[in-house]
Amino acid sequence: MKAVEVRELVKDYGNFRAIKGISFEVSEKEIFGLIGPNGAGKTTALRTIATLLQITSGSITVFGYELPKQAGEVRKIISYLPEEAGAYKNLTGKEYLNFIAKFFGDGEKFQNMVQRGLEIANLGERINDKVDTYSKGMTRRLLVGRALMVNPRLAILDEPTTGLDVINAQEVRRIINSAVEAGVVVLLSSHNMLEVELLCHRIALINDGRIVASGTAEELKKEYDARNIEEAFVRAIK
Amino acid sequence: MIGNIIKKEFKELFILSTILPIVVIAIVYGSVGQMIGNVGETIKEKPVIGIVDMDAGNFSVVAMSVLTENAKVVYDGTDTEEGLQEVRKENGVALLAIPANFSQNIYDNRPGEIEIYWIMKGAGMMDSISSGTMEGLIQAVNQEISKTLIQQGSSSDPALVLNPTTRVDTTFFKGKEIEGLSPSTLSNMLMSQSIVIPIVVMMLIIMAGASVISSMGLEKENKTLETLLTLPVRRSHIVIGKMVGSALVGMIMAAIYMIGFSRYMTSFQVADINLADFGLALGMQDYLLIGISLFVALLAGLALCIVLGTFAKNYRSAQALVFPITALALISTFIVMFKDFDTIPAVLKVLVFAIPFSHPMMAIRALMLDNYPLVIGGIAYAAVFTVAMVAVAVRIFNSDRLLTGSVRKRAARGKLGWGFRR
Repeated sequence: MKAVEVRELVKDYGNFRAIKGISFEVSEKEIFGLIGPNGAGKTTALRTIATLLQITSGSITVFGYELPKQAGEVRKIISYLPEEAGAYKNLTGKEYLNFIAKFFGDGEKFQNMVQRGLEIANLGERINDKVDTYSKGMTRRLLVGRALMVNPRLAILDEPTTGLDVINAQEVRRIINSAVEAGVVVLLSSHNMLEVELLCHRIALINDGRIVASGTAEELKKEYDARNIEEAFVRAIK
Repeated sequence: MIGNIIKKEFKELFILSTILPIVVIAIVYGSVGQMIGNVGETIKEKPVIGIVDMDAGNFSVVAMSVLTENAKVVYDGTDTEEGLQEVRKENGVALLAIPANFSQNIYDNRPGEIEIYWIMKGAGMMDSISSGTMEGLIQAVNQEISKTLIQQGSSSDPALVLNPTTRVDTTFFKGKEIEGLSPSTLSNMLMSQSIVIPIVVMMLIIMAGASVISSMGLEKENKTLETLLTLPVRRSHIVIGKMVGSALVGMIMAAIYMIGFSRYMTSFQVADINLADFGLALGMQDYLLIGISLFVALLAGLALCIVLGTFAKNYRSAQALVFPITALALISTFIVMFKDFDTIPAVLKVLVFAIPFSHPMMAIRALMLDNYPLVIGGIAYAAVFTVAMVAVAVRIFNSDRLLTGSVRKRAARGKLGWGFRR
């Protein structure tokens, strides 16, 4: 079974068409990357798959569940990390993880989730401090911990390392890789082409609401006779 | 250059969410002004009264001349019941009955008794104006008789000369016959009892409402809303959870108030008058109804706040959205304090009834006067209003609007409106 199947997806905001009929599939044990410039439609695509936005036309299924009809079922198996996500500032990091974990289980399952979240966030004693006092990097690690602790079948990560320094970004990439090893499927977006090349098994190049090319990094580089994905992207949209 | 900055500032500040509250408040002031204008006319008008003169003595003649000169007398006869009917028919204020021995009593060094049968229409501050005019007229009768006694060189007790009459008040108000109380005393008593609830409700709605709207604004500002909406929890549960969380805080505040208020009512007396003696005390079921009315109104207010909160873009804009709620709470409070529901114009009646927080404000006075249909109807309306608002909120939570805001027309030309990213 495919983890995600998107067919001819169209998304309009009023009279403005943000996504113009994109199709792609994400397989199990895969990290799939949507890359493109700001405003290309990456976030809209991820938000639609994450059940946040209505579909104008086309179809989306997540592990066989159809959107929007089975949005409730989809929410049980996904975890979404928005690009500019935050956490409740008056809660401590641990309280925030507890709050989220309660939606996914109780008893031992709940305890295990929180423990996993604590390990991923790796904030030491600061986990007991209020989120309000965290740096951007610490907040992002807490949120990555939150997103992956619930053992989602599909993690949807919008620009997971945006705004992070090199050390924190590398740490987040390591966490994503280990989650995939544990069986999580990852669908991510980024405008950082190098990151996508390092992280993703397959890539879709998206521009102006359309997928202009897709494949592995090597396939794309070969197809466009490029030294890297950035170059391939520039040639693909010309 | 400066023109460019002014244009930008104007465009940023002159928006619907900042203008609408001012328009609403202006309408409130306009309506209150209209009501005050009517009061001015009421003061100028002569009070409509009936007179039953069973005495026909010297002093009753004095009283009659003062009354006929300063009031519009619609009944002048000897039958109290007939007089009352006529005064009621003519929308009058009172029937004054002068007993047979009125003048003789004054000559005998005893105060002459005037029986006043008041027709009270409402218990708001402005409703007692015509009876207040009448009170002044009775005082004038007293003074005129006093003057006559002095002119006649009366050898009576000086205290009696200065105060030659006494009065026995009976007030008819909403089907109740209340002996020993004039409308002004009754109005003051009811007002002192029922003035607290409107203020408490107003504060509760504004405080709890502001917290719900701010919560929505903070969810957006802190970028927590998207995460919340992708969790495996129903949208309706998110809406109800937010509402009930704030309502619980409001309920605790209301419960503390009700304990104190119940005690306050039990022992409440004005000028050694116990409300229970006049059948105006509240029973346990009345307190229960007030509590339910308060809670349902709070839920209705919070449900409305959730809907308003969906328009908040951040904490700052959420603060601006509290103004409509504040304005609605102020409208209810002012109208309920100044006028009785039964005596306000039909348009205001509809407005007051439509604002769900008005009902607990009116509940105490209504229950004291056994007006259960108004209270129970208010509870039912507020409950229906709550359900409708929750349904609207859930619909908004299920739509794109919560995350994307509105898309301006120019989006059609290929540019994005505010509030969403691609």
